[in-house]
Amino acid sequence: MTEALKLTGLSKAFPVGKRLFGPPRALVRAVQPVDLVVQKGETLGIVGESGCGKSTLARMLVGLLEPSSGRIEIEGEPLDNADPAVFGKKIQYVFQDPISSLNPRKTIRQIMEAPLKHLHRMGPAARADRIAEIFAAVNLREEFLDRYPHEFSGGQAQRIGIARALAADARILILDEPVSALDVSVQAQVLNLLADLKAQFGLTYLFISHDLAVVEAVSDRIAVLYFGAVVEVGPAVEIFANPRHPYTKLLADSAPVVGRALKAPEGRETELPDPENPPEGCAFRARCPRATALCAAEVPPLTGEGGRHPAACHHPLEA
Amino acid sequence: MSAFLRLLSRNRLALGGLIVLVIVVILALLTPVLPLKPPNVTDTPNRFLPPFSEGAILGTDHLGRDLLSRLMWGTRLSLAVGFAAAVIAATIGAAIGIIAGYYGGRTDNVIMRGVDMLMAFPYILLALAIVAALGPGLMNALIAVAAVNIPFFARNIRGVTVGIANKEFVDAAKLAGMSDAKIIVTEVLPNVIPVIVIAMSTTVGWMILETAGLSFLGLGSQPPRADLGSMLGEARSALITNPHTSIVPGLMILVIVMAINLLGDGVRDALDPRLKSGALSRPMPATMVSRTGPIPQPEGCDLLAVRDLKTQFHVKDRVYKAVGGVDLSLKPGECVGLIGESGSGKSVTALSIMGLVASPPGVITGGAVHYRGEDLVGASYEVLRSLRGRHVAYIFQDPQATLHPLYTVGDQLIEAVSSHRRIGRDEGRAHAIDLLKQVRIPNAESRIDSYPHELSGGMRQRVGIAMALANDPEIIIADEPTTALDVTVQAQILTLLDDLRRDRGLAILFITHDFGVVAQLCDRVAVMYAGRIVEKGPTDAILNAPAHPYTSKLMACVPELGEGRRRLEAIPGLPPGVDQLPQGCAFADRCHRVTEACRERAIPLEPHGAERSVRCIHPVEAPRTEAAQ
Repeated sequence: MTEALKLTGLSKAFPVGKRLFGPPRALVRAVQPVDLVVQKGETLGIVGESGCGKSTLARMLVGLLEPSSGRIEIEGEPLDNADPAVFGKKIQYVFQDPISSLNPRKTIRQIMEAPLKHLHRMGPAARADRIAEIFAAVNLREEFLDRYPHEFSGGQAQRIGIARALAADARILILDEPVSALDVSVQAQVLNLLADLKAQFGLTYLFISHDLAVVEAVSDRIAVLYFGAVVEVGPAVEIFANPRHPYTKLLADSAPVVGRALKAPEGRETELPDPENPPEGCAFRARCPRATALCAAEVPPLTGEGGRHPAACHHPLEA
Repeated sequence: MSAFLRLLSRNRLALGGLIVLVIVVILALLTPVLPLKPPNVTDTPNRFLPPFSEGAILGTDHLGRDLLSRLMWGTRLSLAVGFAAAVIAATIGAAIGIIAGYYGGRTDNVIMRGVDMLMAFPYILLALAIVAALGPGLMNALIAVAAVNIPFFARNIRGVTVGIANKEFVDAAKLAGMSDAKIIVTEVLPNVIPVIVIAMSTTVGWMILETAGLSFLGLGSQPPRADLGSMLGEARSALITNPHTSIVPGLMILVIVMAINLLGDGVRDALDPRLKSGALSRPMPATMVSRTGPIPQPEGCDLLAVRDLKTQFHVKDRVYKAVGGVDLSLKPGECVGLIGESGSGKSVTALSIMGLVASPPGVITGGAVHYRGEDLVGASYEVLRSLRGRHVAYIFQDPQATLHPLYTVGDQLIEAVSSHRRIGRDEGRAHAIDLLKQVRIPNAESRIDSYPHELSGGMRQRVGIAMALANDPEIIIADEPTTALDVTVQAQILTLLDDLRRDRGLAILFITHDFGVVAQLCDRVAVMYAGRIVEKGPTDAILNAPAHPYTSKLMACVPELGEGRRRLEAIPGLPPGVDQLPQGCAFADRCHRVTEACRERAIPLEPHGAERSVRCIHPVEAPRTEAAQ
């Protein structure tokens, strides 16, 4: 297998309290330095709760945000400057809200043609052929091309969003909560379509979601994000069944499952740490039942031991 | 465009304005070919002829010039200058606003502070300064009026652009390789144009007035050429002796500006999406009721019984049957789940119970809601008001939207109580702290003085629950209370609700789309599809062996944690629109068990075993082995 995507020390800090002149009041780290490798043809799931930095990470990967540090390599080639037009040919993005990601004043044809025209400089005949090919792949009728976005349901609009990402002919797709705005019956249609497209075009996916069950159903490996850092990464079949990091276990225990009695897995303070005053040591320790003095002193590194998948914890859970 | 004209023509005043304006504009355009006297030829022997004189219908001015001719030429000039100033101001202002809003950051800061400085001067002073610098003359007055109005457009358009520049479709355009200039022209501008048109239509009149003002002061059009302002200025000295010389141009200014402003308001109302969706129509305090057919009588001893409830939305000539005959009952201490996808009518059912569906367009067209035997549908607003929050309380999905951002959570809790009974300040505060403790908010004594934005989503939803509990209600209707929350917070909120109903005997109607949540919290569950309940019964029985094909398919297409990577069973197609429901089963087109009989007639909700009922003539015979998971 070859590496489709490699992140080395990728991080993002946002300035807060900006001033017209001079440096900002403070920096908030939205994403701590992250190292991740995604193999070609793999689906890497990224889960985490709101505010954990999933979307910031995703936006850096497609060049919509400039990283504060670190580098992104796609198929061995580094992409150093944040220019979406350069990223666009290699890596594309499918947005969470299918309707608001389509310009309400453009026809679907105009929307579909944009990447073909600007990224690939195709002529009109070549564009029409390519659009027909892609629409067939995502099961959309070509008569939709002359309609406007508001005429479509959420599921159809999301297919159009996926079709647009495919049109750029990128090999890697970042799927940012692609089904969370959809109804469950439509959600399954879109997830299955994504699986088919992946097989058909040999795509690599980064699937971002807050829904653990959805991520588990589609991913090969899963990375768990907490407070801007990867706290655990491992095979999808194992990570929620046998978590090593206490936060992953908390997530798995919180997901409502038919046939499991209701119990709040956590009785203590559930607030995330204040990003402007990040805690010393492990960011999860205030909520962690296994926290010790060591956790307050040192940030745990992301390491695997005993042949198990990596987790950033001083006191990982046993199998 | 035709929709826009239809909306505009519904507004009588705007239509009147449009007609008047069109007449004035046509006359102004035709002025050169009309048989008028030359406007600038003086005829001093015939000065100050009164109106309706021989050869001068509107009389003559102090130099004996024909007033009608001067009025027509002056109107032509004033309109041209006003429109030109509006177009110039709109173009430059919009360009500045779009650039500032799109690029943001320092560009935005520098540009907008400059615009703010322009706005800090009184407009007339600024216009005078510009004219003083450039010298008097109509062209310079035009420049001054346009310049004075640029900040208004720039600020307006910048605000709209900031919203659009952060939209996902702009990101998508960047990823499609489009340059910033291209994005501004093809993605941002088409979405801003309606705002530009609205702003222009409401300011053209104002600009005509401003130009007239400058001309009146002698800084605009120079003699002998007349515009409406300079005509007024010249007539000023004869105001008392020969009022008609002032009245004629004055009336024309009044008519033009009035017509433009009426039309401008109409254009704004027709174009503004918020107004189009009915933001100006005030909903009635309780849902409109117009029941046809027999009204169900109370039976049994349920705390709350919904009987054959029908709620519709009447929008123009379409009827949306959002709720098409729902039966539900709730006993004390019981939690009933109402599950369905968006558009299935679950929220409308919940809101109909207390008459909270917005009217217009909502109408309850049938059925009854019995609270302790009393029918709430058709009850007076006073009765509903005394029950709302006191006996039946709601928890909504988005606590950010239901809490008032400008009051502390304590004030809002106290208000919830004091609207039903008199309560002293100290007692109210103590009660509010107590409520916050009941929903397990840490440091309730200090959190009571927090504003909603200072709390996390989970904490805000706890405050929402505390408000629902404030008057010790018997029934809580929770409409997707955990959908907007993270899983760890959701688990806590669900546990809290479960404890509350066990401790206090609260009855909960829990609306959700999540089977996992229903399984953990609810005793009984009702599944809704296209405005009707398709299956109901005890939660365990239904989840273990769903009888309706929709229920079983819906459960199969939801992934569940712990089942690993797999292909999901999707339901093909989409639910039917509730404005075009089929005659037979609404699920027929998506169902794998469908037969001819399913489409022939409406399917009744029939008993299926002892406690269950199902709206299907071919229910799924679930194998027992699968049931025992």
